[in-house]
Amino acid sequence: MAVEVVVEAAPGGAIQTDAPLIDAELAGRLRGGDEKAFAELLDGWSQAMLRVARGYVSSDQTAEDVVQETWLAVIRGIDRFEGRSSLRTWVYRILVNIAKAHRARDSRTVPWPALAEDDTAPTVDRGRFQSADEPYPGHWRRFPMVWPSPETDVVAHEVRDTIEAAVAELPQRQRLVLTLRDMHGYSAVEVCEILEVSPQNQRVLLHRARAAVRARLEEYFGRPSTGGGEAR
Amino acid sequence: MNCDEFVELVTAYLEGALDEATQQRFAAHLSECDGCERYLDQIRQTVQTLATLPPHSLGGQARDRLLEAFREFHR
Repeated sequence: MAVEVVVEAAPGGAIQTDAPLIDAELAGRLRGGDEKAFAELLDGWSQAMLRVARGYVSSDQTAEDVVQETWLAVIRGIDRFEGRSSLRTWVYRILVNIAKAHRARDSRTVPWPALAEDDTAPTVDRGRFQSADEPYPGHWRRFPMVWPSPETDVVAHEVRDTIEAAVAELPQRQRLVLTLRDMHGYSAVEVCEILEVSPQNQRVLLHRARAAVRARLEEYFGRPSTGGGEAR
Repeated sequence: MNCDEFVELVTAYLEGALDEATQQRFAAHLSECDGCERYLDQIRQTVQTLATLPPHSLGGQARDRLLEAFREFHR
């Protein structure tokens, strides 16, 4: 019986498998040895999986090993997927368990930070706003500058480079949340399940990450060579 | 609502997570303040650009090995 499965591509190309029907179909295809289905998951999910694994272990190579071991475990264990969570969450649970096992064996690993980052500091420098003795306390001193539209491919390329650099510099958990949410289109619920953080915590991390990346873009656009716009 | 409060609420706003009272104050400030409208728009642009970054896929060798393992398992 041929069933047409509509698999949506989220931003960044991640395959959305939030729907139980789609999950059941995919799991069925995997159990049946459908290589095309397996390749789709491999290609759709591995990049994000690598990033998550890398958040737990001390090297890129180990992260790759973790992802490989995860897919092997998925191949062998797909019969055990019962549909109680989404297929993707089920795969990520395997991933996180394997990553943690590697981390436990690796004496070089830095401990997974609990609340190492200051979650309460303002994300925009207070100096950007008027102080109590100025005419409009709490208001912008000068409005954020207007950003030019990328007019050429070169500028668009530099914008992407700037963003990639900014993301790479984020504290680990902010980077993971931003990557999964905004680059790969994972839902807030799913990110909380995968990273084992509360919805509140997830939102704080996302907020801080987005503000930091935006600030880097602002810096980039403000450089004289990129023709910064008016400040107010 | 002041601008320094507004900027800390943008993510909650975009997530639809603000309570009604705060949502109203946020929307009111947004309609009055060009600077904050611009800030919110820039956050949106940042998110949109993040969504368009090209994905890197699993390396060729690793991918081939996994496909082979899949085939082997189902032989």
